Amino acid sequence: MRIVVLLKYVPDITSDRRFADGRVVRDPGEGSLNELDENAVEAALRLVEAQPDGGEVVAVTLAPPTADIALRKAFQLGVHRGVRVSDDALAGSDYFGTTAALAAAVRRLGDQAPVDLVITGMAALDGLGSVVPALLAEELGWPQLTLATSVSLDGSTLTITRESDDVAQTLAAPLPVVLSVTDSANSPRYPNFKLIMAARTKPIEEWTAADLELDPAEVGAAGARTTTVEATARPPRPEVELVVDKGEGGKALAEFLIRNDLV
Amino acid sequence: MTRPTVLVLLDSPQGALDDVRQPVLELLTLGRELGRVDVVTLAAPSVQVLATLGAYGVQAVHQAALPTTLPASAHHVTSVLASVLTTAVRRTDADVLLVPSSFAGKEAAAVAAARLGAGLVTDASGAAWSQDGRLLAVKRVFAGTWDTTSAVATDPAVVTVRANAVSAAPAPTPTHPEVEALPIEVAAPATTVVAREVKARASGRPALEEAAVVVAGGRGTGGDFGPVEDLADALGAAVGATRDAAFEGWFDSYIGQTGVTVAPRLYIGAGVSGAPHHRGGMQASQVVVAVNNDPEAPIFEISDFAVVGDLADVLPQAAAVIREHKARS
Ligand SMILES: Cc1cc2nc3c(=O)[nH]c(=O)nc-3n(C[C@H](O)[C@H](O)[C@H](O)COP(=O)(O)OP(=O)(O)OC[C@H]3O[C@@H](n4cnc5c(N)ncnc54)[C@H](O)[C@@H]3O)c2cc1C
Repeated sequence: MRIVVLLKYVPDITSDRRFADGRVVRDPGEGSLNELDENAVEAALRLVEAQPDGGEVVAVTLAPPTADIALRKAFQLGVHRGVRVSDDALAGSDYFGTTAALAAAVRRLGDQAPVDLVITGMAALDGLGSVVPALLAEELGWPQLTLATSVSLDGSTLTITRESDDVAQTLAAPLPVVLSVTDSANSPRYPNFKLIMAARTKPIEEWTAADLELDPAEVGAAGARTTTVEATARPPRPEVELVVDKGEGGKALAEFLIRNDLV
Repeated sequence: MTRPTVLVLLDSPQGALDDVRQPVLELLTLGRELGRVDVVTLAAPSVQVLATLGAYGVQAVHQAALPTTLPASAHHVTSVLASVLTTAVRRTDADVLLVPSSFAGKEAAAVAAARLGAGLVTDASGAAWSQDGRLLAVKRVFAGTWDTTSAVATDPAVVTVRANAVSAAPAPTPTHPEVEALPIEVAAPATTVVAREVKARASGRPALEEAAVVVAGGRGTGGDFGPVEDLADALGAAVGATRDAAFEGWFDSYIGQTGVTVAPRLYIGAGVSGAPHHRGGMQASQVVVAVNNDPEAPIFEISDFAVVGDLADVLPQAAAVIREHKARS
């Protein structure tokens, strides 16, 4: 079994996140592996570990070299191989440029040996778009099983359950599949000491847009179908009006709501 | 430029279409500001639905006619819904496709955009035409701390819009929309729907993702959501939880980055610490109120009004005063 896990390096959600010139500012060292991608790594490792003849989990990220932090974290968890797709030509990619590059990386890995699954987290905690898995499935021509809260594999049929938008579903599809998992799908394991040591020096492969035979007009800022034309920080909220309850706190709350026409 | 055409997805997880959900009314209102509005739907609209669509100025209803060989359960599979959207955009020559920002809506909109070669903005809170005729979509990011405007370079433009971003209002002049069949060619998807169950909506309470007022309970409820529900009922609000409270099994839907994103007029968090993952799903709320017995709770940093106290005392008292006020006015 061969699984590609897509990872994203995202700014820490507690850090001061901001824009400059229409792009997200990424301070090196302030980010980490997108937490939800740990669920994707866990799902991949479990599927491979359940195979009698094991298999390989390859982590792929599309990012500048700072994202190696994310790949090293994945190595600590037990991922076998790490690929970083980096190219100035890919900077400023929109959903479609991103998907084109990721799909090309999956195809290249597939040319080396068949890929059974691509697994992602349900969303990246920076953009929260949640659409790349669906777009990737469309681009690869594979079925998609997204937002899984549980995953099971029977032969070559993958079955998931999902609960979203008021609907609970059980969906199944034949491999190869694009799977995205939620944080309820599993509990990510802790880094393993031996792997932590090995992760420091494990090689990270670097692929460029040219390696992936990407059309420069289709990716990066050149291919983007949307551009951020304005980004402004919202004014901070005024100082909180704090009431300590001495028996009248509920009344004060109600009066605040009534005064502000919120009832 | 001739008057642009805006296509709105009238979605319903149910087979029948007997009501128009609030987020769709909001999209129709936004759509009217951008051009002529048509809707696309999977199911036959009831007389009541048609009347509502007319009141909101819809010009035509395109009802997908899916192959009879396709099982009904497959109608909501992303690739099928995307085919419906793609065909409808081509048929109406729409300049803008507006879809409510549910997970299913976003996925189908994204796949449709891919097939149409169109630009996509997800989770927008508004849209308008620029001077040079490009669609500008506004979006609140980074847990509601930044506002961005994106210009879409393509025609059509595909935009998914968050609930509560726009206030719904009927059209100045109502219309009498006709229903037209929209034949869809689509192969059976590779994904099979083994089971599908639409959860019943809590009767008498608005749905969490659509509500204008939300009361959320966290771990501080200790498992008793009674006071939270009491205040919600006094306010006509929806109830939500934190992920921790939901994982304890105290309430079924939670707010946050991996749960439901809400941006109501009023959010009240009770026994909620305000962890970053939770904040990411509610910080764009217009007014934030918190009740917490810890004066250092991080949620106070993003609150407009807060009570330091035990929620079991504060919430019922607030609910009682609100009920009295309502009875008087
Ligand atoms: C990948 C990931 C994704 C996550 N996604 C989400 C998400 O989408 N949504 C989400 O909510 N969380 C999410 N979490 C969890 C999140 O990090 C927090 O753990 C969670 O939000 C905390 O919930 P809480 O506020 O109910 O509990 P706590 O942090 O334990 O806070 C309880 C609060 O209640 C107060 N309290 C206690 N008793 C009382 C009382 N009697 N009266 C008044 N106040 C009282 C306490 O002072 C405390 O501030 C996620 C975590 C991870 C790792």
